[in-house]
Amino acid sequence: MMHPVLPYVIAALLFGLGVYGVLTRRNAVLLLMAVELILNAVNLVLVTADTTVRAVLPHTGGVFALFVIVLAAAEVGVGLAIVLQLYRLRQSVQVDEVPLSYEMRPDAAGSGEAVPLDGDTWSPNARAVSPWSVEVIP
Amino acid sequence: MTTADILMLALGAVAVGAAAAVVTTRQIVRAGLWLVVALGSLAGLYLILSAELVAWVQVLIYVGAVVVLLLFAVMLTRAPIGVSADLDRSRWPGLLIGGGAGLGLAALLIDAYRWSTVDLVTGAGAKEVGTAIFRSWVLPFEVLSVLLLAALVGAIVISRPDVSARTGR
Repeated sequence: MMHPVLPYVIAALLFGLGVYGVLTRRNAVLLLMAVELILNAVNLVLVTADTTVRAVLPHTGGVFALFVIVLAAAEVGVGLAIVLQLYRLRQSVQVDEVPLSYEMRPDAAGSGEAVPLDGDTWSPNARAVSPWSVEVIP
Repeated sequence: MTTADILMLALGAVAVGAAAAVVTTRQIVRAGLWLVVALGSLAGLYLILSAELVAWVQVLIYVGAVVVLLLFAVMLTRAPIGVSADLDRSRWPGLLIGGGAGLGLAALLIDAYRWSTVDLVTGAGAKEVGTAIFRSWVLPFEVLSVLLLAALVGAIVISRPDVSARTGR
């Protein structure tokens, strides 16, 4: 005997706190922690629904919660690689200081080093590329 | 109010309080440690909800691995140890949207479930969950293993500058 409204409300509050953290924090690692809170709120909803509803396929909610945990582990692995690479390039992990457009310096093509558009090393034959593209001008 | 309800209220209060500390604390390392408290009390909630396997996987993977990874990232990005003042940007948009989402969802769920009671379905231990995975969800399980491999390779490619600079050619 239990009241299913309690875990549902706890999950909703955790989700709200996670959204607040994602929107407010500036440090990328703290942002990832807030994303973990959101994922855990979803997991709590899945597990609660699994144990309070008599479904055709039993334990589906638990299985989905396990899948979400695995996805969260993969997300944290790739996210931390991106964060560390950002720190290596910029010496900072503040997400609102990330410039949204980069250009590649032609002489730095081998190292893949990127400089921001307003940097002091602008050269006319370099062209702006998106930070997500790894194309290097030869 | 049954024993399960009282335990759930207590653990839920710990989880929500620790989550609030995670998103408001001024010290980065303490955010990671509060995250351990929040995830641990969530594992307790899973145990009360009789989802044993999910609870232990939560302790193993989240508390054991993910938090350690996050603390490693805190160390490797040379985060300041003491109080840092510039962790947050302006609070009002986050407070508005996060509070709206959380309280709105809570109101919706309270309205949907009221104070109804249910009997718990029998426990989801390793045997039952394993049967469910390998009887109904085998294909997603295998796809997930491919995704884990892809994430592993992706993390290596991203974090090795000599590999990632060459990939455009």
